[in-house]
Amino acid sequence: MKNWARKDSSIAWLFLAPSVAGFALFYLIPFGMGVFYSFMDRTVGGQYVGLQNYRELIAGDSFRKAASGTFYFSLVSVPLLIVLSLGLALLLNRSLYGQKWLRTAYVLPLVVPVASIILVWQILFDWNGALNAWLSGFGLARVDWMKTEAARNVIITMYIWKNIGYNVILFLAGLQQIPKDYYETAQIEGAGRLRQFRSITLVYLTSTMFFVVIMSIINSFKVFRETYLIAGPYPHDSIYMLQHFMNNMFLSLDLPKMTAASTLMVGGILIIVLGLFAMERRYRRYME
Amino acid sequence: MMGAIALVMLFPIGVTLINSFMSTREIGINYGPVGQMNKVMEGRNDLFANLKWLPDQVSLEQYGKVLMDSPLYLSLFWNSVFLVVPIIAGQTLIAALAAYAFSKLRFRGREFMFLIYVLTMLMPFQVTLVPNYIMAERLGLLNSSVAIILPGIFAAFGVFMLRQFMLDIPYAYIEAAKMDGAGHLRIFYTIIIPMVQPGLAALTILLFVDYWNMVEQPLIFLDDPLRQPLSVYLSNVSSEKGLAFAASAIYMAPMVLLFLYAETYFIEGVQLSGIKG
Repeated sequence: MKNWARKDSSIAWLFLAPSVAGFALFYLIPFGMGVFYSFMDRTVGGQYVGLQNYRELIAGDSFRKAASGTFYFSLVSVPLLIVLSLGLALLLNRSLYGQKWLRTAYVLPLVVPVASIILVWQILFDWNGALNAWLSGFGLARVDWMKTEAARNVIITMYIWKNIGYNVILFLAGLQQIPKDYYETAQIEGAGRLRQFRSITLVYLTSTMFFVVIMSIINSFKVFRETYLIAGPYPHDSIYMLQHFMNNMFLSLDLPKMTAASTLMVGGILIIVLGLFAMERRYRRYME
Repeated sequence: MMGAIALVMLFPIGVTLINSFMSTREIGINYGPVGQMNKVMEGRNDLFANLKWLPDQVSLEQYGKVLMDSPLYLSLFWNSVFLVVPIIAGQTLIAALAAYAFSKLRFRGREFMFLIYVLTMLMPFQVTLVPNYIMAERLGLLNSSVAIILPGIFAAFGVFMLRQFMLDIPYAYIEAAKMDGAGHLRIFYTIIIPMVQPGLAALTILLFVDYWNMVEQPLIFLDDPLRQPLSVYLSNVSSEKGLAFAASAIYMAPMVLLFLYAETYFIEGVQLSGIKG
């Protein structure tokens, strides 16, 4: 038995070798280097400066602005996206006329390249844009969408537009795995719709929910591309994100500060993910 | 109501498609005011973009301009293809091999290594930007598309996704093949690969979507504008509104068609990656 395991492991390394070598070279080592640089004053021939980069970073205005921008954006948009997509999935999860077409329509935005849609967003949300044209058509004051707090809503709309389909198909798969007779039993025992939703649907969606939350957070970082393309490197404060900050630090060659920022961001993501893992484990135990 | 939501979802895509058949003149008239803040400041408050549902007359002028008059456009399109195809081919192959080890072979530190793969998958591009840049510089890859292709090939996503598919294959198949004297490499390509074809199809589409769309990597790693993929060019094409819609329509066409063609695989792939997540 032991012999067999050893044989397995040498073969496993053969299968893994190309992937692990490339992964180490382009992800692991660079990441380690990044952490290393965050404690130096320069990337080439620098000196160890301890936590100085971090101190400067946290004292700086633009980093705080970027961190809180990212934080608020995710805090609002991720739960909103999840509630909306779960709602849509519940509505889609019964035999519905044209169900397949509806699902296609919801998922389609996911595959459309951001760059090819930017122009439509600009036409909609410009100061002279279509949305303001409609508003003033109704006699309402126009809104400067991209240069006021309203920018946050614009970006949230784009994020939801793009990602809702992905979550809907994940939730649909989760919903279809719940045995139908659970609901029948619950009905016989007199449980109302809300009660059924809370004690059956939500409970059995736990692992799907976990995955959806993680993917939604990842995708909320990707909304940077839209933000950048529509509003440039220095958008309104409400949508200035950590990625803007890092990009700008990179372009101004302030690399130590940038690596410090990315190390902090990785730390943040790690805490969120581990927190979610812990929550899921606890919830599962409670279920059993 | 579901229909109404579907229409909202399709709205930007539809607008792009329909407007791609407008003449350049009509585009100028309709969308000229977009981005013209100053004129408003001078007191012209009546200027608004006029989002049209149907062109006054159907015209192929934009397509003509894009395809005939701007050779740059076509060469950038091919740049995109030459970046995306090697990434998809490479990542699919290398990830399939690694996924086999992670799902069907036992070795020390398997769980931990996989966790590291998943964690890097979660990181935004900017996190590894500087070290990646320095790495590319040291390997002499700056200003070459290889600097974008190689990290693409070794990204963790493919490993993660194909592993999910391979976990579904009962170990008994492998046991049986071993009895018949097949080695692991043979098992891999005669049993596993045919069985995970839906997974490979889904991964291909997802990678295509992701890399067809990339903007940040080429901007950073490629100085030469002639080497850039079309996605970068399109992202600042809005000053040239005359051909932007046709260019956008052409750029999204391969994605949309591929998706409609392989939708079942795609959805199955996404769902499977989520169920056991």
